[in-house]
Order: sequence, then structure tokens, then C-alpha cells
Amino acid sequence: MRAFTYQRATSPREAAAAVAGKRGAMFLGGGTNLLDLMKLEIEVPTHLVDVQDIGLDAIEETDEGGLRIGALVSNTALAADARVRRDYAVLSRAIVAGASGQLRNKATTAGNLLQRTRCPYFYDPNMPCNKRKPGTGCAAIEGYSRQLAVIGTSDKCIATYPGDMAVALRVLDAEVETIKADGATRSIPIADFHRLPGDAPERDNVLEPGELITGVVLPGPIGGTHVYRKVRDRRSYAFALVSVAAVIQDDGTGRVAFGGVAPKPWRDEAAEAALPQGAKAVVSRAFAKARPSEHNKFKITLAERTLAAVIAKARS
Amino acid sequence: MEFTAPAGRNLFDSSKVVGKSTQRIDGPLKTTGTAPYAYERHDVAANQAYGYIVGSAIAKGRITAMDLSEARAAPGVIAIVAAPETEPVGKGMSNNAPLFGGRDIAHYHQAIACVVAETFEQARAAAGLIRTTYARADGRFDLPEAAPQAPLAKTGGGKPDKKTLGDFDAAYAAAPVKFDGRYTTPDETHAMMEPHATIASWEGDKLTLWTSNQMIQWGKESMGKILGIDPENVRLDSPYIGGGFGGKLFIRSDAVLAALAAKAAKRPVKITLQRPLVANNTTHRHATIQRVRIGAQNDGRITAIAHENWSGNLNGEDGENGTLQTPKLYAGANRLTANYIATLDLPEGNAMRAPGEAVGHLALEAAMDELAEKLGMDPIELRIRNEPEMVPGSPDKKFSERNLVRCLREGAERFGWSRRSAKPGTVREGDWLIGMGVAAGYRGGPTQESGARVSLAKDGGLKVETDMTDIGTGSYTIIAQTAAESLGVPLEKVSVVLGDSRFPASSGSGGQWGAASSTAGVYAACVELRRKIGEKLGFAGDDAVFENGRIRAGGKDMALTEAGAISAEGSISFGDFKSGYDVGTYAAHFCEIAVDAYTGETRIRRMLAVCDAGRILNPLSARSQVIGAMVMAAGAALMEELAVDTRFGFFVNHDLAGYEVPVHADIPHQEVVFLDTLDDIVSPLKAKGVGELGICGPGAAVANAIYNATGIRVRDYPLTLDKYLDRLPEPV
Repeated sequence: MRAFTYQRATSPREAAAAVAGKRGAMFLGGGTNLLDLMKLEIEVPTHLVDVQDIGLDAIEETDEGGLRIGALVSNTALAADARVRRDYAVLSRAIVAGASGQLRNKATTAGNLLQRTRCPYFYDPNMPCNKRKPGTGCAAIEGYSRQLAVIGTSDKCIATYPGDMAVALRVLDAEVETIKADGATRSIPIADFHRLPGDAPERDNVLEPGELITGVVLPGPIGGTHVYRKVRDRRSYAFALVSVAAVIQDDGTGRVAFGGVAPKPWRDEAAEAALPQGAKAVVSRAFAKARPSEHNKFKITLAERTLAAVIAKARS
Repeated sequence: MEFTAPAGRNLFDSSKVVGKSTQRIDGPLKTTGTAPYAYERHDVAANQAYGYIVGSAIAKGRITAMDLSEARAAPGVIAIVAAPETEPVGKGMSNNAPLFGGRDIAHYHQAIACVVAETFEQARAAAGLIRTTYARADGRFDLPEAAPQAPLAKTGGGKPDKKTLGDFDAAYAAAPVKFDGRYTTPDETHAMMEPHATIASWEGDKLTLWTSNQMIQWGKESMGKILGIDPENVRLDSPYIGGGFGGKLFIRSDAVLAALAAKAAKRPVKITLQRPLVANNTTHRHATIQRVRIGAQNDGRITAIAHENWSGNLNGEDGENGTLQTPKLYAGANRLTANYIATLDLPEGNAMRAPGEAVGHLALEAAMDELAEKLGMDPIELRIRNEPEMVPGSPDKKFSERNLVRCLREGAERFGWSRRSAKPGTVREGDWLIGMGVAAGYRGGPTQESGARVSLAKDGGLKVETDMTDIGTGSYTIIAQTAAESLGVPLEKVSVVLGDSRFPASSGSGGQWGAASSTAGVYAACVELRRKIGEKLGFAGDDAVFENGRIRAGGKDMALTEAGAISAEGSISFGDFKSGYDVGTYAAHFCEIAVDAYTGETRIRRMLAVCDAGRILNPLSARSQVIGAMVMAAGAALMEELAVDTRFGFFVNHDLAGYEVPVHADIPHQEVVFLDTLDDIVSPLKAKGVGELGICGPGAAVANAIYNATGIRVRDYPLTLDKYLDRLPEPV
């Protein structure tokens, strides 16, 4: 870990200005991912702007009948919120499927969206990695790729987005609200928030330098049966091999997004329209462009079988 | 005391303390966080500085340059020890590559530098500023590629490790029922809670290491060789150890670099290995490839059995020998075992809990299950039918004590084995496919010379001092129980001090020999003390009874405190008579598992171990040992694997997020039963170890249960769902 300077901001705009105005500055939320990365010198910020005093820690109802989740609402609080559990159960279930109780107590809503990949080559600073050090190459492509992405990848990077919460947000069509140093705000559909690696795998998302997430907005409830099914090598405290977030209506239609398979939560609305025809119909369309490795091609079979389990559960 | 003949009736046969479930005497220290582990020994030496080790970024080659200028100028830096500026250190016991020094790189994350600074954070930050350039060399990193050309390993006596009995080839060819299977097991890391850690301090030419090490005498001798100093000038102290599992049997880079860095910094230095270094810098369990062939008569009698094993290591020696249990478990007149070893440039392989047997059972006991199915026999009946009279691989040897059949029968009864469906893939509960599996377990019950000092204080308190270690196993408590029993004092009167090389040398903790050996050594010292007390108080010979803090004989009855302060040393050694016996421990392991019909996820539901290991000194801590080993076996069966990158030559998943071990939710219910047996060949206490027995077999029981649940046999461990997902039946 390199030495860094530290400040605590008191408002969102002040925080955004502080990061925008200093090269190498980063926001510090719960720190559950960033501090680990700093210890390994995967992240080497020169200045940290701690956002814990800027408010944004409430869940409020919107005029449109949805919810606005403050950026600093903890994962624990969000998963436990009665309105979320009632109307957006897929979100509660996704959150509690991730990490541990201790980490969820500390982790924030915004920070969860920003967690970085768990690709083992990203985590070993001795290895080439275009995401960690652009231009050095990708050790994972010909290497140990069992956990890595099968779709949405590029020749530069096959890292997986590791989170659970965002997969649920993707089926709920959430929007990410931000503020910039000049006070300008914008709302980014979750579908557009995370980037595919392309030629710039070092950029995980579309945020600009100094742009701060202030909240996540959920549209009004859509009903249906909410399921989050996470498949992993042990029963808890592990990243997904494949996860499925689904909201399925009584008539068999619905929405579905996959985690653990791509550099972002993977949802294909055209494929999803085939839900009434079953899992195979959805997965064969959603993963038509998959480019899996020998190590991770099982994920496509697993996605189909997991979705079949989800559909069966929703029907029962 | 020399143990030269089977133990007769002795005080342990009417014991009041030994053999009774006893809470750990060190428990309060552990549960309150006040047991000082190596890195936390802030008070042992003033002015401790922090060391941080840098591991090599390549697996094989040479350091061409190392620029230390930025690191040297970094805040707080006191000294840097750099490999290119240091002559390679000597090799201690089981160091296959030098732990430090020179420009040659033998494996990934081999230590190449150590930065010493005022704080841990400064040392770590400065370590990141060292600029090293390398010339990479080609290495051999791929066991499956190297195995076909690998030569036979050498036995301890230097002979090729291949043993035959009868004519395997002919008998196998003639057998009406044959099984031939190839199994693989991956590299594994010990993943102990406490990483390797050492504080080193020099006073003149005398070196003290407060460390975390299972084998104090080995460590002392090794440090002498490594640094080229007199071992008598080395002191090791290791009273509390946060898990070792064989990973702390030998001196590793933390101790060597703490010593070198303390010399360079001219003050005490503390080092802990950062977690990523544990996998590639230290030792690991070697991957194996195993082939098992068994030929049987139609009634299940084995006529031919062969077990061949391939593994690899840095020096082309010291592999993982999966055949070890095969000459012991089942009858059969025609036999072959062979152990091959490839030379690989991966990090060093070495002992991990039940080296050899732990992975050997994953092959042999799955093969027995496969054979049972070919025969249409119950797998328990197949094992019972092949119960040998004499040691099958050494027919001139007797078993000291063996109750494997009882373990199997009692286990079957307790587990409800009769409810198992013999036809696989036929039991279903909702989305879950249900199966049961069984495996036998064998692990040797060795003993080593072991000594102790026992001192009676004026207030009647009894203190035991020995360099024996407690790696979480419960040594403190069984040693206290042994001393309390031997001197007839209450357990609360006994204090135990362990792990200091200034104390009498012990067996140490390894190879499942610690419990049997160290308690026998303490008993030997207690016998000496009893004799001294008797002499001092005027009692004749060995007839006195020690009870309730008193000594009594021939109408005379005195309090021990009347002897005043008095101390005795003693040790136990073991005579040649044992060579006529195979001293082993046995178990029957059972598992019930559920496999998700959609996703292939596995959920262990129940595990049972029925163990035959002689007298159980402390059933409470012995049970902990066995259930811990069963968890580790479940991990090996279902998830644990160091993934090898054969291009870069390293273990990729070198942290606890990437290397998954079971969590509580993976292990819902475990039961352990100890048979009430005694082994009079092993030691005066008639007790054998159990800590490794518990990992010999349960993994195969898991694999056999998965087969019973699904009808799918996977022979490549761990049995992760990707290996059988496409063979699962359609879920609905």
C-alpha cells in the first residue's frame, strides 16, 4: 500500500470536486474492496475522499411509486428494508447471497456497483493484466479461466463482474444517479452503467473522473415472483459460477439477468422474451455469441440448468 | 524409559483423568484472544522492527538486476536484505530449494528480498518499490505431461519404490472380475488460519526465534544448517500455533529472513508471510495421478491388487505417495505398488495432513466402491470379505490391534446403511438426488522418542515442560491429564509449558505421532519423579500408590508436598519389538449427500466416522481432531484445488478467496464414534493418534455418495459440478 492523503467530505458536491480536482484521487465508501486492492497495490490512489459524512443514507419513496436508495445505504440495510423485501425481493435475495454479514454491514450501495473483478490474474501484480495495467496483455485468456466470463469479453480481457446486487438491479431496470464536480447530475440506466472491456478493460463503468454515485432509483414494483439463484463451489462466501436473477409473472413471461458470466450483469431482452418457452430457449439466444474457454464452457450449461430451476420454482 | 515389550496392565487401565473428556486447559486463553501467537509476542524483545518479504515474480530463471534505491529511500526503512547480495543459505531439513540467497530462482514466490522498517505499512510500501528484472528460463510445470517419463521414487533406504508380492499380472489377467481406474488429485495448500510467522533476535552469536513451528528440534537443527551456526546457539519458542497441518514441520522463509533481517537491522525483526505467499512460497500437498487395478473372484475375494502413483517435486524426490495404505487394508495374494516421481519446477511439495494416505484413499476407496458395483456386492460386505489375517503387503507382520470390521459394522448400524439404495440415481427428494457412501480408513500409528521434565513445587503444583507443540490439537490437555494421572494430583494442579527448545526434546507434532509419543514421554518423566519423591520420603521401590496428592505404601501415607520442590526428567524410546507389527489406526467413514438435480450442487447432509485408535486420551479434543479432519476431507473431495498455470508455473488462486475451503454451511452434521480399544504395542498408554485418521477415507465416502446419488463417477478431484453437469439426467 502506498502512502496517501485523506479527507472527509461533507457534501456530495464537495466530494465530487475533491476527487475531480486531484489526479489519483478516489472515493472511499465502505472500503471492503478498495482497501484490499490498495494493500496489493492494484489500486494506488494518492488521495482518498471519504464520503461517509455526506448523507445519502436513506431509502425514500419516489413520486413515480418506486424507491430511491441513497448511495451510502449499507447492503445490510437495503436487503432488510421492508419495502424492498415486499416489492423487490430479488434485490434482497441477491444481496444476502453475497459476501458475509460483516462485509454487508460495511459495504455501501454505490460501492457494491463499483467492486472490481476477482480474476486471479488481476489480483497478482506479477501477472500481465490489461485491466490492472493497460497494455500488458491478458494472462487469463490462455490461463486458468474457470471463474471468468463467457460472453461480452474481448481479446484484451475476459474478467467477470463479480457482484450479485447489480444483477438484481438489472432485472429491475434500476437507474444510477450521479453528481459531478460542477454540480451537474445525470441518471444512467443500469444496463449502460457497466462497460464491456473492448479495447479499454481498465474502465469498468461509464463514470467520469470525479463523478460520484448519489443513489440508485428503482421504478415502481412490477409484481411477479422474484428469484435469485446463485450457484457456487461452496455454500456461502464465494463468488458465483453462475447466478440468475429473475422476475417471473404468472403467465410465464418475465425478466432474467445472469451473473458470473460476463463483464457486467448479462441481460438480453430479446432472449428473455422466450421465457415462456423455457430455459433452453432463453439461454440459447442470450448466449448465442458466447466465446467460452475449455475451463468455463460449463457455465452455459449451468446457466440453462439454473434458469430451468428458477422457472420451475417460480411455477411451483 | 525404554518401551521394549507390549504394555501390561498399568495405572492407565484404571485411570481417573486420562481417557475422560476434558475441556482444553488452554481454552480460556484461546477464546479470550490472550494466547500469544508468534506475531503477537510484543513483550519478548524490545524495539521490534517489521520485515516484509518479496516473492519472485517468475517461476524459474535468474535475477538479472535488483534496484533497491527507491525502496532504501522510502520512509521508515531500516534495512533491506536482498537475495543477489546474499550467498544462498544452507538447506535445512526438507528444504528443496534454498530459502534465500543468490540470483537463481527455483520457484514462484521464492523469497528474493526482505524490507525492514519501523512499521508494517512502511515495510510493505517500500517492498513495492523494489525493481527486479529477471531472465526467465523454461520450466517443467505440468505433472500429466511429465508423469509418463517419471522414474520410480526412492524409498527411505534408497531403493526403487516398487514392491511386488506373488504375480500380479497373471492373477489380474485370470480374475473373473476386474477393475482398472485412473484417479487424479490436485495440489492443495494447508490454508492454516495463522500464516507462518517469526520474531528473531540476536544476542551476540545466539539467536532466538519466537515462531510457529510444529517440530522444535528439527527447527533448531535446521536453522543451524541454514545459517551455518551451531544449533546450540539457536533457541526456538513456539507455545501456540494457529494450525500447521504439516506446513510448519520445517523451517521456512519467515524464520530465515527474520534472522537475516534482524542481523542486518541490528534489532529484533518480526515477519509474517502475507497470505498470497503461503501457497507458492511454502510447501503444499502434491498433486497425484493414481492408477488402481483390482482383480477379484465372483464372491468378492481379491486375488490381485495394484496401486501405482505419480507425483512431482522440485528436487525429483519426496513426492506424495498415494499407495501407502494399500499394503495394509485388504487381503490379496498378488500385489504391486509403485511410486513414481517427476521433477517439476513448481513450488515445493511436502507433507500435508496424512501425506500419502489422505489422497491414496481418494483413489483406493473409490476403486473399492467401483469394484463392489461390478461384483453386485454391498461395498461394506466387499471390504469385510477381504479382511486380512496378517498385514497383506508384509505377510510376516502382525497387526498390533485392528478392528476395521467392527468399525464398518457399527458404522453401518448407526448410519442406517440398510436404507441405502444399491442402485444409483434412484433416491430423490424434490429437486435433490440423494446418495450414501462408505469408505474404510487406515493411517499408521507411529511413535517417536519423546522427553519431558516434571517438577513438583512446594505448594503441590506440578509443572510439565517439554518442547512438544500444540498445533490446535489439544496437546496441552492430554499432557496435563497424563501428569495428573501419573502423580495422583488433580488436573487443576498441573501446568504445562510447551514449545521451547530449552525444554527436553519431544516427538513434536507430525505424522499423527504427537499424542501417543509425547504423553508416553511425560509418563516416563513422571515415573522418574515418582521414584525421586519416594526416595526422598522413604518409600521403597515402585510399589507406592500416588493418589489425591498423597503417596501411600505399606501403611505409610504422606502428602506429596512434604517432598518439597523436586524435579525429574525422563524420556521414552521405543524398542525393536515393534518391527514385528504394523501399528495402525482404522476407521469406517460414511456420508450422505444431496445433489441438486438441476445444477449439480452438492450438499453433504451427514458424516459419520467410527474410529479404532486404541485408548482415546481425551474424547472431547480427539473428536475435534476427527471432525476437523473430516471437514478437510470434504474440502479435498468437493472444492480444494491449487490451480496450476503451466505457462507461468505457479499456483494461481493463492488467497483464501480463490482457494475455497468448506464453510460451516457446507458441513451440517458430523458424528464421531471411538471404539473402546487398547493397543498394547504402541505405548504404555495404549493410545494412538487420530488427527490424520480422520482425513483418510471421508473424501472417498463423499465421492461414493455422489455416485450413489447420481450414477455419475468422477475420478478427478475435487468433484466440482463442472465435471459432471453435462452427465446429469434431465432434471424433471
